Amino acid sequence: MTGLAGTGSLVRLALRRDRVMLAVWILIFIVTAAGSASATVGLYGTPESRMQAAASINNSPSLVALYGLIYDESSVGALSMIKLGAFGGALVAVFAILLMIRHTRAEEEAGRLELVGSAVVGRHAPLAAALIVTAGANLALGLLTALGLIGSGLPASGSFAFGLAWASVGIAFAAVAAVVAQVTESARAATGMAMAVLGVAYVFRAVGDTAADRGAGWLRWLSPIGWGQQVRPYQGDRWWVLLLPAAFFVVVTAAAYALVERRDHGAGLLPDRPGPATAGRSLGGPFGLAWRLHRGALFGWAAGFVLLGLVFGNVASNVGDFLDSPGARDLIQKLGGVQGLTDAFMSTELGMIGVIASAYGVQVVMRLRSEESELRAEPVLATRVGRLSWAWSHLAIALLGTTILLIGAGLGAGLTYAAQTGHNGDFWRVLTAALVRLPAAWVIAGIAMAAFGLAPRAVIAGWAALVAFLLLGEFGPLFELDQWVMNVSPYAHVPRLPGGDLSATPLVWLAAVAAVLIAAGLTGFRRRDIPVT
Amino acid sequence: METTINASGLQKSFGRTRALDGLDLTVNRGEVHGFLGPNGSGKTTTIRILLGLLRADGGSATLLGGDPWRDATTLHRRLAYVPGDVTLWPNLTGGEVIDMLGRMRGGLNRQRRNELLERFDLDPKKKGRAYSKGNKQKVGLVAALASDVELLILDEPTSGLDPLMEEVFQQCIEEERERGRTVLLSSHILAEVEALCDRVTIIRLGRAVETGTLAEMRHLTRTSITADLAGPPDGLSTLAGVHDLRVDGSRVRCEVDTDKLDAALRQLTSVGVRSLVSQPPTLEELFLRHYQDDLTGRGNHVRAAVSS
Repeated sequence: MTGLAGTGSLVRLALRRDRVMLAVWILIFIVTAAGSASATVGLYGTPESRMQAAASINNSPSLVALYGLIYDESSVGALSMIKLGAFGGALVAVFAILLMIRHTRAEEEAGRLELVGSAVVGRHAPLAAALIVTAGANLALGLLTALGLIGSGLPASGSFAFGLAWASVGIAFAAVAAVVAQVTESARAATGMAMAVLGVAYVFRAVGDTAADRGAGWLRWLSPIGWGQQVRPYQGDRWWVLLLPAAFFVVVTAAAYALVERRDHGAGLLPDRPGPATAGRSLGGPFGLAWRLHRGALFGWAAGFVLLGLVFGNVASNVGDFLDSPGARDLIQKLGGVQGLTDAFMSTELGMIGVIASAYGVQVVMRLRSEESELRAEPVLATRVGRLSWAWSHLAIALLGTTILLIGAGLGAGLTYAAQTGHNGDFWRVLTAALVRLPAAWVIAGIAMAAFGLAPRAVIAGWAALVAFLLLGEFGPLFELDQWVMNVSPYAHVPRLPGGDLSATPLVWLAAVAAVLIAAGLTGFRRRDIPVT
Repeated sequence: METTINASGLQKSFGRTRALDGLDLTVNRGEVHGFLGPNGSGKTTTIRILLGLLRADGGSATLLGGDPWRDATTLHRRLAYVPGDVTLWPNLTGGEVIDMLGRMRGGLNRQRRNELLERFDLDPKKKGRAYSKGNKQKVGLVAALASDVELLILDEPTSGLDPLMEEVFQQCIEEERERGRTVLLSSHILAEVEALCDRVTIIRLGRAVETGTLAEMRHLTRTSITADLAGPPDGLSTLAGVHDLRVDGSRVRCEVDTDKLDAALRQLTSVGVRSLVSQPPTLEELFLRHYQDDLTGRGNHVRAAVSS
């Protein structure tokens, strides 16, 4: 039996399992790209209007950090896709990571791969099948997106460059996921590690783009997301850059195969050490258990948030230095001076941090559901632990955890920022600005909780709401949606701090909405059957 | 006699699937009660209702004198439960899980815990994901058996245990009986139930079809007889309670209703018996008699009832 025997059957199995999910996922990307292309083509008909819009992006460090640079200010394609190049590429990477882990480590952890492995399936087949499916899905996504963009009126060559740039980011991160899937024993840890690599790649690109003038531009060449951008679709279409992700894919998947050779089925490379034979004092109730289950991840997230805060605080305090041209100075004055510009930068970055903190909250609430469906809730709820305290044990970590993360980011950003400006007051301004993101994050956690209690099979609503609100905020203005539609998103009600007015009213309202959602979820959970499968 | 569990007419449906269809179950205090049925017959659903995890659509149940749904947490102090499929937290060790569940129940006998770990040959230092299926099951069993509770609810607790450990398990249940604890033991392993249980309830399609002591049940079954006779077995074929008669010269094989055994033997001895082999009814035969009829028709009706 060769190492790759059975790969074809596994590919068919994966496509059969995921056909709906893959189609929907790919469709969302195509529609988003084609939609924003046709909206931009309509909005910016003249080269002058495009130049103006592109210049205002290139001159706002906050936007450059978030989305990247526009290299050809007259290109309609470059302007259309600026928000989707790096940011969309990162979402493509998330898609690739989840798909890879789903068909490698998650299958192995669930024991299904063992069933498959006992049939005529080679040692390398599962990984090969997962790579074929993921790379194939990304190529399909890229090519179909290119067709969609051409259909929206953008040039063909640039559209294919853009589609392939997207696909290249996904394929590069499929290789990353292939490696981490061999290293860890749990799918959760593998996903976490791959996402951390993605986060680092995004920050490298962001720092490289914002500080390119000061010699940090090489940083973006360390990042697959940076490579995707450096293809520069619609701005010269540098096809040769695609060789970088291709080479990366070959080298990194070869490493993954080498790791497969070195480990046993079911095991990771990081072996399990024996643990304590008796439980410590804290492990005696639902809260102790929940803390134990979440603490490792929370420490990791908190460290990441402090780091993000430090980076953004540092970049923000230099924002004024980036802009030396007289034209840029004028623009700065219009935007409210250097102070106004750095505030706007900080506010945008903290907004993103608030969204990521919400993702943490949703993930923790979703743990309730996985504890239930993997039948770990049952033995606990068959003790004197009540349903409410069990639910609260995870919920409390979702609410307090998001608080800790935002405090961490606020501390990091505030410290570096205040250290460079020399005003202690700036520290408190930035910390406050981080904390006003909290109630909106709680609302998202509340949506997940309400779904868990009332319609447990639809608990994915937490993620759906997060993505929907994020897209609404990013693309709502482009599609000229009515304000009341935009107001559906809790993020629309967060005061724009620092720089804006701090108003308690929307924060109180958001907190109240979160409380109502949580109460509804808890009430539903008290009354329903456990487990619902 | 005091009853620990009393359920009557329990009904539960999941969507269009009827998992329980008027189930009755009575478990007396201090007995080991076998709860017998094939996969998907509603055993786990019944147990989850008794634990207050599922709410019954109809019928009534009392557990330790309380309402399993309303008084769940107070009742749970007095019982320990081992699910049929013990799933552990991947990053907690077996020892931690045993201690934690014990504390959540309201107390653990430390000496007994260590003794059980030894008897079940279980390493408490391993992480949850590193245990085999049988060892996960042992973690659940040790946690339950070491708790100071009145009632043990065990849902197919020995699935995945090797024969040696099955033996240890049976000894442990014997000891629990001597301590005066009540045990509800759901199982589809007939030998286990035959060895351990005072009374048995057999369920099929979400309904109890047979309940009583093993002796009572045996009464309802047939003893198989093989005899070598001195002459032709006259009159045996017309005798009430004799089934599946096969005559091969002077050799006779037949199944006899256990309460008609006396008359059948009288008939044989009147002819003259050279050798006789008689096999008592096993629970397996009883069980098969209830299920054979509808093994084919079982299908969708109950599939989702358990193991979900």
